[in-house]
Amino acid sequence: MIKIRDLNKTYNLGQPNALHVLKGIDMDVAAGEFLSIMGASGSGKSTLLNVIGILDNYDSGEYILDGIPVRDLSETSSAELRNRKVGFIFQSFNLISYKNALENVALPLYYNGIPRKKRNELAAEYLEKLGLKDHALHLPSELSGGQKQRVAIARALISRPSIILADEPTGALDTTTSREVIEIMREVNRSEGITMLIVTHEGAVARATDRMIYLRDGRIESDKHNPNPVIEF
Amino acid sequence: MFDILGEILETMRRNKLRTFLTGFAVAWGIFLLIVLLAAGTGLQNGVQSNMAGQATNYINIRPGWTSMPYKGLKADRRIRFDERTIDYVRRNIPEVEYLSGVIFHNTQSVSYGKQYGTWQIIGASPQAVNIHNLTILKGRFVNEIDDGQKRKVAFIHKLAEETLFPHGEESLGKYIVADGISFQIIGVYEWLDGSNDALIFAPLSTAKMLYDRGWGISRIDLTVLGIKNMKQYDEFVLRLRGKLGPLLGFDPADTSALRIWGSARQSIEIGNVFRFVNMFLWVIGFASLMAGIVGVANIMLVTVKERTREIGIRKALGATPWSIIKSVIIEAVFITTAAGYIGILMGIGASELASRVIGSAGEGGMTAFKDPDVGLGVVFSALVVLIICGVVAGLIPSLKATRIRPIEAMRAD
Repeated sequence: MIKIRDLNKTYNLGQPNALHVLKGIDMDVAAGEFLSIMGASGSGKSTLLNVIGILDNYDSGEYILDGIPVRDLSETSSAELRNRKVGFIFQSFNLISYKNALENVALPLYYNGIPRKKRNELAAEYLEKLGLKDHALHLPSELSGGQKQRVAIARALISRPSIILADEPTGALDTTTSREVIEIMREVNRSEGITMLIVTHEGAVARATDRMIYLRDGRIESDKHNPNPVIEF
Repeated sequence: MFDILGEILETMRRNKLRTFLTGFAVAWGIFLLIVLLAAGTGLQNGVQSNMAGQATNYINIRPGWTSMPYKGLKADRRIRFDERTIDYVRRNIPEVEYLSGVIFHNTQSVSYGKQYGTWQIIGASPQAVNIHNLTILKGRFVNEIDDGQKRKVAFIHKLAEETLFPHGEESLGKYIVADGISFQIIGVYEWLDGSNDALIFAPLSTAKMLYDRGWGISRIDLTVLGIKNMKQYDEFVLRLRGKLGPLLGFDPADTSALRIWGSARQSIEIGNVFRFVNMFLWVIGFASLMAGIVGVANIMLVTVKERTREIGIRKALGATPWSIIKSVIIEAVFITTAAGYIGILMGIGASELASRVIGSAGEGGMTAFKDPDVGLGVVFSALVVLIICGVVAGLIPSLKATRIRPIEAMRAD
């Protein structure tokens, strides 16, 4: 699913304040994995996530997503690739404030050129799956944090991506809601078979995944299989 | 396409005040443009309608007094026109289109039976019908045979007809008596500009026989072709003096010998003034429109900045740069055209209102303002200008929007 070889990324390349953030990352992720990337702030985990999510480019190395080499893509083709292959879940939800839950969920399909009626049907279906059937017409401001994150998960799922990238998905949630969200993500991983990659600095979140990668100072420090994932909040 | 419009209408509905303020600037700009152009047209129509009694290329020449000695002749002689003068002008001045000599006579009374009135008789050549802007209501104008045989025939204004034939009797063929001489009515007319100047036309030869007291022909009326600007007009006048000087015995440089008046000159001058006025109004109108357009561009720029985060999210979800550019530009075009359309409607409405109010003020008389119409062409080109401006107004903000990087945008909380 993901194949990364000797990936390097430096901010402000060639300038005195150059910052070498990723220093030769090697990483393979198989389809259907449920894994986490941990690290302190500044370890480069967010940068790695952005590179994997085609939101940012890299300087050298190789990155192959689902058999497609991601390198020197135009803005347009990277947007299309993002739309088809990658779903995002963010710490701050990133829902569009003036659109209701249904419209937010349907948005990726709009950029995929799917007609409105079909879009809304699918969005309603996913909202129902995530237990938000009665909140379909609510604006984000009328939803709780957990509900917002569930809307975001539905939005990430709707385009049936190869991989879902979650950036601190529980960072803005209390423990009960965090548990709920992680459970949903596990469930989605199992039932839909979608690869799920969570970036977090919380050990509890990482211990709920099957594989834990530790990043330190731009390098992979450890890459451990977690034989016994537990959700302990 | 409907999807895009739906998305845009949605964003506009969410930002009503912003949309309104933006639209207002454009609507106001195009409103001013339309009203100004309409005012220009109205003014022009008003002035032109006041001159409608004559062709715009009309010139008349009257004999004056010499002020310079010429070939041994003293100054202070009276110049006299006769048939030879008319004939000479006809043959030697190529620009002349229609030509007529004129002799006036102020009557003591013109009567038919017990009805009478006092009108001026004007002896004129058959071509005079083409020089004066009049409509023949019935009968005919003076013709060559009338002139050749010095017939006593009269071509009268409808007011004279109404006065002399108050019961609506047939006037054609009847004899009216003007200062003791009877004339047969051959036709009835009215002036195109609705003037009440009830001249009685008679053949020039008849008028000369009856009313010439040695003064000769009192005026030569003519229309000219091919005189488009002041330079050509001035050259024409110079040539006229140069040709008539030797014939009538005055120095061509002696400007008091011939008194030349031209609506040609007047209409050229007025045309120049209106060209300038119209250009001026276009500039002002366009400038106010530009202010509106800059307003749209400015607000779109603010909008893009305000929506940085939203645009970032959309990009993360797979919005291509082109789809972002498209939505910003279409939004700008939509606001400018919709608001511009409202402005156009209000501008046309205001001009129509002004037309009614001012137009009804001076019925039949002089008016400085008439039919302030704005041509469809102007309205259409204003709309095209609006759409182009909408695109331009949207272009810079949308290019700025595409440079937004999704990650940074989403962090900007």
